[in-house]
Amino acid sequence: MHVAQLHYDSSHGRGRGGWVLALALSLAVCWQDATIGSELPDVSSKVLQAQQDRMRVMRQAAEATISIFGLDGGGGGSGVIITPDGYALTNYHVSSACGDHMRCGLSDGSMVDAVIVGIDATGDVSLIQLLGRDDFPTAPLADSASVQVGQWCFAAGNPFMLASNRQPSISLGIVSGTNRYQYPDGTLLEYADCIQTDAAINPGNSGGPLFNLAGEVIGINGRCSFEKRGRVNVGVGYAISANQIKYFLGVLRSGRLVDHATLGATVSTDSAGKIVVSNILSSSDAFRRGLRYGDEVLSLADREVSSTNMFKNILGTLPKNWRVPMTVRRDGETRTMLVRLTGVHTEKQLIELVSPERSTPPGPRRSDDPTETEKGPQPQQELSERLRGEPDLMRLVPDKQLVQSRLERRPGFANYYYNQMNQQRLWQSLQGQGDFATTAENWEFQGNLAGEKTPFLLRLDDRSGILRIGSRELSVDFQESVSDVVAARDQRGLLVALRAAQQLLKTGPFQIGDSVYLGTAPVYMGNSQILAEQPLMDVLQSLWYDATVRFSFDASGRIALVEVFGDPENDPIELYMNDYQAVEYGEEKFYVPTRLRLQYGTQTTLLLERQSAVLKPSANAASSSVSEEKADS
Amino acid sequence: MISRSSIILRGPLLVFFCVIGIGSLSGQDMLLGSLNSVALEAELKTVKLYGAGGIAGLDSYQSGFYISDQGHILTVWSTVLDVDTLIAISSDGTRNEASVVGIDPNLEIAILATGKRPSGFFDWEQTVEAQAGERVLAFSNLFGIAAGSERSSIQQGNIMAITDLQARRGFIESVYQGKVYVIDAMTNNPGAAGGALTNVDGQLLGLLGKELRDNRANIWLNYAIPMSVLRVSIRQLLSGETITRAVDERTPADRPCSLADLGITLIPDVLSKTPAYIDLVQPNSKADRAGLQSDDLILFVNTTRIVSQASLIEELNYIDRADNLVLLVQRGRELKEFDLSGP
Repeated sequence: MHVAQLHYDSSHGRGRGGWVLALALSLAVCWQDATIGSELPDVSSKVLQAQQDRMRVMRQAAEATISIFGLDGGGGGSGVIITPDGYALTNYHVSSACGDHMRCGLSDGSMVDAVIVGIDATGDVSLIQLLGRDDFPTAPLADSASVQVGQWCFAAGNPFMLASNRQPSISLGIVSGTNRYQYPDGTLLEYADCIQTDAAINPGNSGGPLFNLAGEVIGINGRCSFEKRGRVNVGVGYAISANQIKYFLGVLRSGRLVDHATLGATVSTDSAGKIVVSNILSSSDAFRRGLRYGDEVLSLADREVSSTNMFKNILGTLPKNWRVPMTVRRDGETRTMLVRLTGVHTEKQLIELVSPERSTPPGPRRSDDPTETEKGPQPQQELSERLRGEPDLMRLVPDKQLVQSRLERRPGFANYYYNQMNQQRLWQSLQGQGDFATTAENWEFQGNLAGEKTPFLLRLDDRSGILRIGSRELSVDFQESVSDVVAARDQRGLLVALRAAQQLLKTGPFQIGDSVYLGTAPVYMGNSQILAEQPLMDVLQSLWYDATVRFSFDASGRIALVEVFGDPENDPIELYMNDYQAVEYGEEKFYVPTRLRLQYGTQTTLLLERQSAVLKPSANAASSSVSEEKADS
Repeated sequence: MISRSSIILRGPLLVFFCVIGIGSLSGQDMLLGSLNSVALEAELKTVKLYGAGGIAGLDSYQSGFYISDQGHILTVWSTVLDVDTLIAISSDGTRNEASVVGIDPNLEIAILATGKRPSGFFDWEQTVEAQAGERVLAFSNLFGIAAGSERSSIQQGNIMAITDLQARRGFIESVYQGKVYVIDAMTNNPGAAGGALTNVDGQLLGLLGKELRDNRANIWLNYAIPMSVLRVSIRQLLSGETITRAVDERTPADRPCSLADLGITLIPDVLSKTPAYIDLVQPNSKADRAGLQSDDLILFVNTTRIVSQASLIEELNYIDRADNLVLLVQRGRELKEFDLSGP
């Protein structure tokens, strides 16, 4: 090393020719500054370039990485911003220690307020939103399925609360393992399909990002294997995979306490090494779809089930209420079915699990503690001491007014503000489909059964519905039990579901009944049963008569699917609506579907192609002008 | 020394490098690096071993790797092997029963055999010597993270030093006291012992050793035993030879303990095996402060059985004044332990 040599020489040469040496020394230092890492002349240009690239990527990554503090300086951890309007990811065990309002430090030294948005306590993920800017630096989420063992990765965050200047610490490592399953503590903090790394993950790194060398987030660091060596890195850290986060992101934005999925069946490895169904609930959707004890499970949610751990890995990354494909083999025959997943917890359990009395997650397991800082008194104490020496951090007072405008506490929700905001968003785009509230109460659709000449006539008003197919006539009185219709599994279901859609269009989510925005879920509109090919749609759930209705919305905000749930042991009514066409009425345009498909389970029982539609005001409203417009399909 | 002209030249050169560099690195290559293929190939040669343990803080799992096409596995000799048959699971999910073929109690290594052809093995005779500063990869099932067909873990680091294990002074308890590669990564965790250390090309360098902790600093040592040290033993064990525990090659301590220093006078040594009965304890001596008394019979010095006064005096020769010294004595019908460690 030439520079080192120079330093050495200079100490000998003082007094005699010291000037020359000092000059040479300063030049050498300048040269070293300009070419960090290039002082070895025979280093390949590719290596130097890779290093330059890496430093650039790390600088960018650091900008999106945040330090998270509680208002009182307690708690604390790391996070990463993923949208310009400030949505950021962290661990539940970090956010829970801070409450629903936290302070976030950015690498430019600024401190901003953030509020909790959504909580996934089972998966140890929280979504928060940083407030006050719409141009936050962001980091993209990678496709974590492409992460390979041995590839370089780096963690960014705030280990040991070192980032008193808000500059995150970076630690480089490799991916030590993929598809790792780490058992939950009770039912919380299950790390399924996580990424194992030897990049140093220490207390305070929790919630921070694990990046690939392209600067994409491959995971959220959350856990380490510790044993007898104290609460420091022992070369084994775990990150929650970016793909799990992508599945949950839409759900977390709902402001709810979200839950993970269960199948209603368990699997085990048989003596031949096959993964077989070892237990199944007869009340589960999987059972109704035909899954039976002893079936060999080949794949779940488009992913191969190679072991029981892999089954848990796949299931553990899926949100409650999602419908996913499952392929099984029985007697040499392979079949794929769509199964609805239910939740690990009841709503009540979720509320209890995240209640303030339990805001600190359960105690450490033998070897896999979350890297909580609140457990180790030392970092926190250290932080308070640092804060005392940090005038700007103390001076910048939280903007309580801004925070309060973004925070609404309600049982069952992390922050009801976001749920309401999303309901409002859906209601606004519904209103863009036509002013159904004042004009259209009575609907009359005419057309044919799909692919047949049999005509149909459908009439719907606020009391009853009539469906005439050929010479058959079905009718529903909406004053009677909706869930009886669900249980009957017949074609009247179409009238019930369409009436629900009509009422949502007319009254909106806030008046139809108790409504909750559930987040996003895949909707299988066509024949494909591949999860990755399904659009993720916004889902609104409303209590309606004696049933629960879920509305799914396509990208343009139209109702694509209405599901009416009666008793849990019955399949819901599913009404798929697409090919919306404008029907004119006076000056106004109303968008109504031309294709209506009724389905129970996974069986289509009725498929209507609408040719014309008449929308009339209700009988008690002014009925002077009535317009009929043939749909131009 | 750098001449000024060379300093001036380097600026443009660097720019040149940058231009080439951007053109020659594709995004995916940069993302994955070159370790993935090495990792996948080497992992197929490693096994997760399951045997005895699971109680009293003893793990029932450790790591190992194949060293022959007949399914021989090299691992460390430990309590995990205290069963008739172990289970050896490869990274491709192959599950085999393995039994111990032979052990070297001095190096604390064992060779197991499955009798089944593995999907890959390290050539133990063609290993390379590592250099200090060299980048290395460690393959092991540390913490038992991987189960079933899951791949064991891989960690990367550098060789910090190549040195002799200083286990003599009681800092670190280890039977093996030879050359080791000291690694700057946390490679020696529970379950990692028996894993493979390779260079970044996947060539075998060494065997990850048992967990070792410096008793005073409470620092865990991350190290591997070079394959060159193990080669002779492996050859012997594979050819069916038995290796017995070497005679104690301990060298006497630099500042050995003596009975006089401790303040102990024994009864007159009149027999060939006179029992180590204490005759007198000097007031205010180490022995006195520890609580020893006349007529105490010394049975053990640390873990060594004392059968006579001669063996007591001999044993004390190996114990430095700075080392731990615990005496187990019989007093009347009681057994009592006295700690005479420290100054």
